[in-house]
Amino acid sequence: MTGADVLLLALGAVAVGAGVLVVTTDQLVRAGLYLVVCLGAVAGLYLVLTAELVAWVQVLIYVGAVVVLLLFAVMLTRAPIGRSPDLNRPGLPAALIGGGAGLGLAALFADAFRWSAVDLPAPGTAESLGTELFRSWVLPFEVLSVLLLAALVGAIIVSRPDIGSRP
Amino acid sequence: MTTPAVYLAQDPTLADFGHDPWWISLIKVVAAFVFAVLATLLGVWFERRVVGFMQVRPGPNQVGPFGLLQTLADGLKMAFKEDILPKGADKVVYFFAPTISVICAVTALAVIPFGPMVSMFGHQTPLQVTDVSVAVLVILAASSMGIYGIVLGGWASGSTYPLLGGLRSSAQMISYEVAMGLSIVAVFMTAGTMSTSGIVAAQAGSDRSASLGGFEFFAPGWYAILLLPSFIIYFISAVGETNRAPFDLPEAESELVAGFMTEYSSLKFALFMLAEYVNMVTVSAVATTLFLGGWRAPWPISIWDGANSGWFGLIWFFAKVILLVFVFVWLRGTLPRLRYDQFMRLGWRVLLPINLVWILALAGIRVLQKENSDAVRWGIIGGALLVILLITLAWPDRRKQPPRPLQEQVNARPQGSFPLPPMDLVVPPSPRARRGVAQRQPANVGGGAPDVVDTTSTEEKED
Repeated sequence: MTGADVLLLALGAVAVGAGVLVVTTDQLVRAGLYLVVCLGAVAGLYLVLTAELVAWVQVLIYVGAVVVLLLFAVMLTRAPIGRSPDLNRPGLPAALIGGGAGLGLAALFADAFRWSAVDLPAPGTAESLGTELFRSWVLPFEVLSVLLLAALVGAIIVSRPDIGSRP
Repeated sequence: MTTPAVYLAQDPTLADFGHDPWWISLIKVVAAFVFAVLATLLGVWFERRVVGFMQVRPGPNQVGPFGLLQTLADGLKMAFKEDILPKGADKVVYFFAPTISVICAVTALAVIPFGPMVSMFGHQTPLQVTDVSVAVLVILAASSMGIYGIVLGGWASGSTYPLLGGLRSSAQMISYEVAMGLSIVAVFMTAGTMSTSGIVAAQAGSDRSASLGGFEFFAPGWYAILLLPSFIIYFISAVGETNRAPFDLPEAESELVAGFMTEYSSLKFALFMLAEYVNMVTVSAVATTLFLGGWRAPWPISIWDGANSGWFGLIWFFAKVILLVFVFVWLRGTLPRLRYDQFMRLGWRVLLPINLVWILALAGIRVLQKENSDAVRWGIIGGALLVILLITLAWPDRRKQPPRPLQEQVNARPQGSFPLPPMDLVVPPSPRARRGVAQRQPANVGGGAPDVVDTTSTEEKED
């Protein structure tokens, strides 16, 4: 085991542990903060795998914007300090499905790769990522952008019921 | 520095990083941190003196020469004050929020190039803590993480004004982060790299000089000049990002007491102040690096080759940073605070579209530069002009519709809107004002009873 392996395992444990805490904690804003830790650990995983662009974009977008938006929404509606016992519902079916899917995927991957080692690909610099994205994957990229645009327009229409009723 | 060969400006490249012995790294980290703290101490003094000068008053001038130690005295006072923990606060988060703010503000300084390669105790090392190939993203990530300090501080205080301040700041910083990121995209496109030392080198590489009629003209390759719209948008969004006046809505005194730091006291309050000033210095340093040529000497001085070598870089860097900090203070001393909706409209409806169109135009220019044949080039330019013409002609008429009557507007509001106050309220004339007018009447004019200007006095109205 090299140092990178140990880091990888440790960061993975942090990510999984924080993820478990997100669903089990009964303090609303703390759950958001555990999500920050989880996403930060995933960014750390990317960094260990030398994908530095993806890692920092993960921090910038997910930690810096998405979770802040989540917290923003929580604070706009209600942001109780302390425990909210109504959050602590035993979601057994959801737990079964989630845990089953996670464990199943993990077993599948572990079984598929066994002890075969895969070399690290070239470092994920901005140049290599851009070349890949705009040479090999340009169509999925564009389709995704259209999808995001559609979601944006849809969100605006849903949130503004007065748009259609203007004379 | 004896041989001319050393005078060659030594641009650090990415390969120069990561070879320092640990103690040099430690020195650099400590130096960057000390710079941040010192900049805060001097920055607060500088701001108060400059604002005082603008408002024709002396400003702090008692503690130390020119009042230089005033901030130190304030900080000491802060440390000895009682640290109040509100009863309704979330204690852990309340404790960590100021720390998060400071850490994120200081982190960004790690990738700022302060100068070229220097000799430090016999080691050749760049005057920069570290550099990675995506250094600018690190800066952006650090500043976006800094939101947490403010949002969580506002929330954990368990009080209304801080919560409102935290809400405002999260919306504000997310909005202006978008504009800021997009303005830096233009720099990436022109420099072709995201490493900060690379961007400084790229700006030096795009210096142009032309001779016309015997005169040497020199155009510095600063991106502040080449990419002027990006620079302006970056600076505006930097002011929004650091919560400084005129965009200091999260801590607007007249609306929210002190916003997110209302409940904070003692050293935690001092940490928030530290974070604010370090942030101001950091965004100024980033602006210097990305747009103003970094540690390289400005033009008339840069004729002397030695200006760009060794420790001289620090002088030019600090001069540019101080200049930008002065602009921050100047803005605060000049402009009144924006209303929240005006501020959001500026971010989303002005800065963002201008930025996108500018990036598009810049990309077009870059493609044109690579195109060799003149016919294709002029074809593209003509096409672009045609598109602009068509858009201008087909632009929807912006003439204002005459406003509908008030009652109709009120009726057209969607279900669940805010309740409106009665529309026909009239402020009664103040009795005190009337008395003042009456007393100021000269005694010998008219000789009779004083003229009563307003016939409807308050007493009559109440009757």
